[in-house]
Amino acid sequence: MNKVNLNELTAHELLGKLKKEEITSEEILSILVKRIKEVDPKVKAYVRVDKSNGQTGKRANGQTDLLKGIPISIKDNICTEAYNTECCSKILEGFKPPYDATVIKKLKEAGALIWDSKTNMDEFAFGSSTENSFFGPTHNPWNLDCVPGGSSGGSAAAVAADEAILALGSDTGGSIRQPASFCGVVGLKPTYGRVSRYGLIAFASSLDQIGPITKDVQDNAVLMNAIAGYDPKDSTSVDLEVPDYTKALGKDIKGIKIAIPKEYFIEGLEPEVKNIVEEAVNKLKEIGADYKQVSLPHTEYAVPVYYIIATAEASSNLARFDGVQYGFRSKKPKQNLIEMYKNTRGEGFGDEAKRRIILGTFALSHGYYDAYYLRALKVRTLIKQDFDQVFKEFDCIITPTSPTPAFRIGEKIEDPLKMYLSDIYTISANLSGIPAISIPCGFTKRGLPVGLQILAKPFNEELLFQLAYAYEQNTPWHTMKPKL
Amino acid sequence: MAITKETVSYVAHLARIQLTPRELEKLSGQLKDILDFINKLGKVDIKNVSPTSHILPINNVLRIDHPQESLPADKALENAPHQEGNFFVVPKIIE
Repeated sequence: MNKVNLNELTAHELLGKLKKEEITSEEILSILVKRIKEVDPKVKAYVRVDKSNGQTGKRANGQTDLLKGIPISIKDNICTEAYNTECCSKILEGFKPPYDATVIKKLKEAGALIWDSKTNMDEFAFGSSTENSFFGPTHNPWNLDCVPGGSSGGSAAAVAADEAILALGSDTGGSIRQPASFCGVVGLKPTYGRVSRYGLIAFASSLDQIGPITKDVQDNAVLMNAIAGYDPKDSTSVDLEVPDYTKALGKDIKGIKIAIPKEYFIEGLEPEVKNIVEEAVNKLKEIGADYKQVSLPHTEYAVPVYYIIATAEASSNLARFDGVQYGFRSKKPKQNLIEMYKNTRGEGFGDEAKRRIILGTFALSHGYYDAYYLRALKVRTLIKQDFDQVFKEFDCIITPTSPTPAFRIGEKIEDPLKMYLSDIYTISANLSGIPAISIPCGFTKRGLPVGLQILAKPFNEELLFQLAYAYEQNTPWHTMKPKL
Repeated sequence: MAITKETVSYVAHLARIQLTPRELEKLSGQLKDILDFINKLGKVDIKNVSPTSHILPINNVLRIDHPQESLPADKALENAPHQEGNFFVVPKIIE
């Protein structure tokens, strides 16, 4: 029928065809499932995919037709009623949520198709490479020997490999943006409070946000339209009107003031990435924006602050996995209650989860609380003030999304500290609650994608879309496809 | 502040995680490296800085107190590894 397979199209292209009744949503899903069967044995973007033949697509009677007939791929930490949601952890083996996350409810209301399969991730979103998944790593579609980034590596790889039309990820320290950058797709971490976290299995409650991972900027805005908004079930979501994000697309960017923080362009940033990002900034200047160098003086403290706050919150959030209410329970004989807890958690959690729970428990424990946790909260204030200061004068900040392109599978897994440092450019947005987007801005000589990160003031996702779209329309990167 | 193997073992107990001797060995080394790195926070001047535990200026979020549907017991128990009647079953805690 078409020269291009439906799975290769964007959601906004497919929505156009659906409206004209040129295609049906069943066709989209069946071509998608065919694609998954074809390439997922190599990419491994999905978990539990063999169960699903796309027969289970569910569509509530959509109140709107925002996403009518479009299948959405969902990260394994977002609850879908009756469909396994396991955070890619042994400890949640077999967990079928009794309810939908608010974002899933909203997607169904928008007419989207939610089906019985999830995308791979680092266990409980603990990681930057998707290697910490109980189900094994996802492979980067651009180079199967490389990681897709993480923790939403499955969602990003699925979108890049045309195994997904649209995907949801979650971002606590870069888990949407860094994999989007590694896989050459568009990933947005919304402002903290913009999207409901109800039904997102919590990692670090003061940092987590759900966000879209898509093939282009327009799709990202379309998906945000469907998921953003206040939710009485999430007391940290903000009761603020949701604009139509697609209206920001195509607006002139003349006169927009971009800040380039010098602390993001120092040692550790790969020269090739640096050049590509600088070229992108020049491109934006060419099409009307202005830029100037600024300083975010507390940048070097973002990673240490994050690994105290995020692990402290995680240690508390993950206390609920105790072998009583859901998931896995140790089968060791003759265990008392405490032994049952300890054995269940010892056998059920992977290495990184244990590392983070123990680090977080330590930071909160008597005698260390002031030196670590309280100090980290104070430095968090300073990091946020750095951003407030810059935003007094500038509309947005531009940085590389990650200091390197995708690294090789196995390269950093034995050295947790090295792995933590791969989030060095993304963490600050979570600590300060601001929105940030990663868009593809070029390729290295080895053919790996590089991402450009744009950050804006709280609740100014529109500006991110405006700038990202302007850049995208003047560059070819989003049209490139990996050969699989 | 260096972290010792004894501290890691004690904190693991507090966190209710059973570690194998090999895990304890490996984790102690890794946590020492991570904390060495984190200790650079000691350099920051935090005098007169107030902590940020939450980024949004919203406090005391309340809703109107009228009854809403809650999860029925059978659904709440559905995922339990061991249940009986309307209860979660755990190992005996009273001798």
